[in-house]
Formats: sequence, structure tokens, C-alpha cells
Amino acid sequence: MSTFTLSGLEPHRVTVEVDLRSGLPSFTIVGLGDRAVREARERVQAAILNSGFKFPNQRVTVNLAPAYLRKTGPGFDLAIACGVLAASGQIPAGRLERLAVFGELALGGAIRPARGVLAVAEGVRDVGLDGLVVASERMGEAALVDAIVVHGAASLAQAVSVLRDQPVDDACNPTPGAPESPELRMTASSPAVGRVDLADVRGHASVLGSLTVAAAGGHNLLLTGPPGTGKTMLARRLPGILPPLTRAEALEVTRIQSVVGLRAASSLLLERPFRAPHHHISASGLVGGGAVPVPGEATLAHHGVLFLDELSEFSRDALEALRQPLEDGRVAIVRGQRTAIFPTRIMLVAATNPCPCGYLGSDRCCCSEPDLARHGRRLSGPLLDRIDLQVHVARPSATELRGPAHCTSATERERVMAARERQLARLEGSGATCNAHMNAAQVRRLVSLEADAERELWRDYDKGALSARGHQRVLRVARTVADLAASPTVRRVDVLHALGLRHEGGVRAESA
Amino acid sequence: MRVGCGPLTGTATCADCLRRSWLLAALAPNLDLVWKRRRPLRDVLALPDERLIDALGGGERPALLARREAFDAGAALRACQRAGVEPVCVHDARFPTRLRTGAGAPRMLHVAGGLARLGMLVGADPQVTVPVVAIVGTRKASPEGLEMARTLGRGLSRAGVTVVSGLALGIDSAAHVGALEGGGATVTVLAGAAEVAYPRSKAGLHAQILAQGCAVSELPPSFEPFRWCFPARNRIIAGLSQLTLVVEGAERSGSLITADFASALGRDVAAVPGRATSPRTRGSNGLIRDGAAVVLGVEDVLDAVLGFDRPLDARRTGAQRPSSLTPALAALLDAVAGGSDTLAALARTPAEADAAILGLAELEAQGLLRRSGGGRYVVVAA
Repeated sequence: MSTFTLSGLEPHRVTVEVDLRSGLPSFTIVGLGDRAVREARERVQAAILNSGFKFPNQRVTVNLAPAYLRKTGPGFDLAIACGVLAASGQIPAGRLERLAVFGELALGGAIRPARGVLAVAEGVRDVGLDGLVVASERMGEAALVDAIVVHGAASLAQAVSVLRDQPVDDACNPTPGAPESPELRMTASSPAVGRVDLADVRGHASVLGSLTVAAAGGHNLLLTGPPGTGKTMLARRLPGILPPLTRAEALEVTRIQSVVGLRAASSLLLERPFRAPHHHISASGLVGGGAVPVPGEATLAHHGVLFLDELSEFSRDALEALRQPLEDGRVAIVRGQRTAIFPTRIMLVAATNPCPCGYLGSDRCCCSEPDLARHGRRLSGPLLDRIDLQVHVARPSATELRGPAHCTSATERERVMAARERQLARLEGSGATCNAHMNAAQVRRLVSLEADAERELWRDYDKGALSARGHQRVLRVARTVADLAASPTVRRVDVLHALGLRHEGGVRAESA
Repeated sequence: MRVGCGPLTGTATCADCLRRSWLLAALAPNLDLVWKRRRPLRDVLALPDERLIDALGGGERPALLARREAFDAGAALRACQRAGVEPVCVHDARFPTRLRTGAGAPRMLHVAGGLARLGMLVGADPQVTVPVVAIVGTRKASPEGLEMARTLGRGLSRAGVTVVSGLALGIDSAAHVGALEGGGATVTVLAGAAEVAYPRSKAGLHAQILAQGCAVSELPPSFEPFRWCFPARNRIIAGLSQLTLVVEGAERSGSLITADFASALGRDVAAVPGRATSPRTRGSNGLIRDGAAVVLGVEDVLDAVLGFDRPLDARRTGAQRPSSLTPALAALLDAVAGGSDTLAALARTPAEADAAILGLAELEAQGLLRRSGGGRYVVVAA
């Protein structure tokens, strides 16, 4: 009979073999399991007895195959228990050939949900089994995968009923035949785009446009400004103006969150994730790692926003580690016998004070030139090179705070989506889905500049104000600005706008 | 050892003055105490050698006197040669004219970058007046202050005025940078040895100044500065210049010390006005209150050092705005100059912000604006 283990985010089929023979009564589990697997002995034994079944008074050996695969977590409990019952003839083995079983057992025989049910369900579909038995609380999550039959069971006894093909006691199992399809649920909860809305923002007129540009082109964004001006508040509103997750994206995000145990809900996740790790995070916390590779914050923010507040306080290691994920949209973690690959298609939003004291440019600033140079060095380097937009967030005035909001998330989101559609049409077949992900060749091929825009850009380049990479970056942003304005070509004003949002010379205070 | 005045053969300095320089370096730790106890440094530095040893030597007096007797001028000269600096003392005709007056004036300078060039830059011939202006100010300058210092340095140097400053972070360096942009007429006066950049982070600027101008110091090669060396250096800055201009200076700052030395020497003092309430400009504003000339631009400095009757081409240093500027852009430029210098200050609505981003980028592209820290823009004066 089959169950699954997760290696990184990938499900792997595990076959549970049970052998009973005469000898001194014993119960051994082999097959490279971790402690949780070894402790399954006690849980399984207690659950079987407490559910009114008999535990064979024989020498019981359980093998989890393939033997080379490291197996983690308590999700094997249910499969081992069913295997023992089948081997001792208490349930027919027939259905077990076509069904996978996944769940943790309580000592009393109840089935507890285990992490990663969605990934397991996808595994079941991929290896061509008919169905899956999981904890009834997680039925909804497993049911997101079409083409397999999902059985919920609240206890070992119910799971046995399923395997005997008997009707399950419905009182504990309300879901079978429920009319909700995943699509239905998706639309039903769709208005909850986010509790935070741009309509709550007062002032910040100069920043809002940049947020829209960043969202429209998928550009990474750096917000600088004195403490308490609203950098974090603005960044939190970014997911709300990003286009909604497509179904495929939503499945990926839900799977990730289910595997790491972030979510207990049984429906598809609809909001783009927003992750804001604290600046003490380690490199492996950020991009994933550990002896048994575990996804990091960058993966948890997959298809969403990774927000790094106080960028200059993050360790050099952690920030350096972000380079590959930002570039490739995935990160490979190599551990001795295998490689785990985690997706990290994120939009990076970073916030930082402009100088160590935070008040650069005003009389309150008490930083000296070396302080500024040091601050600039902490921020500089390859990471800033990957940030297309830099915006300064100023303290809003009292009148602005009392004034009306400038826009709502809904209106901005429509503009973003319209711009994204234009990008998708242009980028069709190129592998990129937004302007920020265009590579150099694609920029050359797909960004058509009007003659005077071209002149403007080269003039800046010749003056030495732009690096070669900066030049590319301005082109990408200019393309997004033009997309927002529904212009098929990039005009001079778009280039100027992009130049106005570029970051060279911004954070690094001009030193005389 | 030779005793008495008159340059050593083939050099611009005499053994006495070299020995004086050595003595200052040897007494440097003791002189720091003078400075810490707020004794008038100028009077102490005016003491002749024996009395200086007497006053400061403490228990080391006999040893110092003996070492002074054994001083080897030849070795000191060789050390200067190795370091690439030329010593020049008051007994040589090539010593800067303006430095010859005043109590406690330095008796010798170590010059990096060429003695002849120094003569041209600050004037060693009493018959010829060379215009020299000192620009000094705070190390923690505002973006406007830095831009102002740079603009003034550039304009003065372009008009043939030598800019003297002290290579410190902030205003000093900005003035040097501006002067280099304007043609290179700049002299930096260092608290430590002339051939060593202090602060070290300004090594690049130091090298550029040596290529086009001069670095000078009272103290011998490879000497590392003590605290008293900075006010002592300031007296040389003030002494070399006919006018000392403070761009931004707090109360009790080094720039005010320079201004004090200048007024004690009877030289002009000027200051760029700053915001009345800003601690950063309280010192320079105080100078204005006490009668210093107000400087709003290069013109004002040139009027003060060259007079109003100077040739017209020298008066034409202010930049003209290109006439092609649209009214909207001109208004934007005025707004930035008027203190609305961030995007947030210029735009109240997202539509205005889009227009302002475009306008600012346009002005930046035309070289009329420059970005500064904290999301600010500063107007670039030509």
C-alpha cells in the first residue's frame, strides 16, 4: 500500500510493506525514517488497540520503501496502521492497492491532519492512483486536485470503513458530495483581496504612482525615507494591487503553505502572499536550507511580495543569498544525496532609512560623511543592482493627513492588470510574464524606442550618469510606464519618467 | 651644524626653521595639553624655541635641549626629499607673502605639489597681489551647503581666485572639488604632513589637488596630526587668504576658529547665511550678525576680493538659464530653489507627482538639477 513523503516541496511515493511472522512479539519499523517515523510504533499500536482492533501478537516488521529515501514526519502513521490491519486480515487488502493513505494518528485512534496534504494529493494523481484517504479536516485541500477521489476520515475506524467500502458515519464526515467545487470557493471568497487598501493612505501622492509602476511591471522596489513615514504601510498595500493569482499560481502557493504548515484552511489561497521577515533572519531562513531542506521566506513569498524592512540591517550573507533566487525565480539547495528546488518568483520590496539616523536631508540628521559612506556600502552591491525602482517616502504634511485618499486598490489594480495584459501579449512565448523578467536580449528585441526617447537615453549614458545595467533597467521601467499609458512604443516622456525613478545616486548620498 | 639665519645652500629653508618644525613635532603631545586647557595657541606658538621647551617640556626639558643641539638639518632635508615635499621658510623670498604677518605665524611650510606653483597660487612676491579666498565649513554639511561650497569653489577658481581649504569632510572637500572643476587653483592646508591625505578617505582628492594645486603643512613629513594641529592649521588657512568664507558652521566649530584668526589678522570674513534656527548654521549666521559680509553667490565674493571695477568678463560668472526652458519647467526650478526640493513637497496628487517626476528628470537631464541624499534635489549653479 502507498503513502507519500515530501522532499522539499516534492511528493515521493513510499510503499509500506508489513510482514508478520511467528516469533517473539515485536514491532519494528525500518526504512530510513526520522524520529517521528520511529515513534509511530507507539502511536500506531495504541491507536489500533483503542479503536477496537487487535494488534497482532507476532513479530511485526514494517518496511518503508524505497529504502534510500529519507522519510520525515508523522504522516506515515495511518498507512502503517492500515498496513498492519491488512496484514493481520482485519481489513481486505484489495482497495489498498489503488488508494493512498496519509495522516497522523492520535493515541485514541483519531486522525490528525499532517502537513502538505495538497502536495500529497498531487503525488497521488501523478503516480496514477485512484484516491486518497486523509484527515477529514483536510479533505477540502486534497480535493483541489482533480482526477482523484478523496476520502475523509476522522478516525482510524472511519478509515477502515472506507477501505472496507462501507458507508462512513456521516455525522463526523460532512463533506462527501458537498457541491462546492474549488472554482466556486475561489469566487466566493474573492472579495477578500486584502483588508488593507490604498484608500486608507493619506498623502504620499508622489509614491503611489511608483507603487503602480512596480506592480504593473513586477519591478523590485526600494523605499527610502525617515522612520515612521509609512514605508511599511505602503509596502503592505502592494499585494492588493497586484493581479489576482491564476489558478495554477494559487495551487503552487497553497501547496507551499500547506507543506510548511502555515495554513489550516481547506480552500485555495487567493491572496498573494506577503512575507516580512525580521532583519535578524539567517541566509537559510531567507532562501531555505537546513539538513533536511526546508523552504525559506523567499519561497513562502512565491508569487507574492517579499518585504525586507530595514534592508541595511540584514546580514550580508542573507542578502547575498537572495541573488540567485531573484535572478532565476527558484533556488536549488544541494544536500549530499539530493537537491531540493524551491520556487522563488517574488517581487522584492525593501525599505531602508536614507542614513544611519534616518533623517538625511533635514537638519535633524546627525550623520557624518563616513557614516553615510558606510551606510551606502551596506546597501550597495549586487542586490541594489536588481532593484529597478527607488522611491523616497517623505513625511506627509498635516493637511495631507486630513485630506482625502488619492486612489483605491481596486482602481489601481485595474490599471495594473491592463498593463500586464499588454505585457503578456508582447512577451508571449518568451518565458517572461512581466517587463521586469525580460532578459537583455528580450529588452533589445521587444522594447521599441521612439527616436527622441533613444536620444535622451544615450545622452544620459554618454554623460556617464548611467551604467550599462542601469541602462537596461531604465528601458524595462520605461516599457512599463508606456504600458500603463497604453502606448505601443516607448516615448521620450516614458524614458524621462523611468529616469526619474531610477536609483543611481539616490541612496548613496552625493559626496563632494 | 650651522647657526643663524639664511637658507641652506641650494634650498629654500634654513637649519633654524627646519629645527623649529622638528621641535613642534617633538612637542606635539605636550601642545595638545595647551589646546585642551584652552590656552591661546597663537601666543604659545609665537614663543622662541628655548622658551617653548621651557614652557612645555616638563621633565623632558634637558633631553629636549640636548636633542635640539644635536638636530641634523641635512637628515631632515633628506626626509623631505624622500617624501616629495619642499620645505620653505620665512627667510626665503618664495615664502607666501600673506603668511609673513601676525603673531604666531608659521615660520616654515612643507609644500607638496611644487614651491613655484604655490607662489603663483597664493603669492610670494610683495609687488603682486594674488586673490586668495578660504572656504571653510562644517564636516556634517547639508546638501545645499555642499552644493554651495562646490559652486563657490568652481566660480572662484574659474575667475582666477585661489581657493584655500583644509581637505576636511563636508564643506572643505566640496570647495576643493569645485575649485578643481573650475580649473584647479586650490591649496589644501593639512594638519598633519603635507604628503599624507587626512582624512584618509580623501586620498583621491588629495592626489588630484597635488596634480593641479598644492598641499602645505607646517609640520614635517609623515607627521600624524594631534588635536591642536587642526586649529593651528586653521591659522595658516586664514593667514594665506585675504578673505575667509564660512559656508556652514556650528557654534564653537573649527570654521569659527578660522574666522577668528582671519579677523585677528585684519582680513575679511564672510559667511553664507543659513536658516536662522538650524544648529548647523548658527555659527556662520552669528558671524553675519557680528558684521561679516553676506555671501549669496560667487559674485559677492568676487566683489569683495577683486573689487567692483574688475573687468566685465570676470564679473560674468553667474549662469544664465537656457531660454528654451518652458514656463512650467522654470516654475519647477524656482520651486526647487525655493526649498520645495523633494518630490513629496512638489506634488499633492498622483497626477501632479507624475508631472513633477517628468519635469525633474527633464531638468536633471539638462544639467540644471542634481540629486542629493534623502530624495532631495539641489539646483546646480554653473
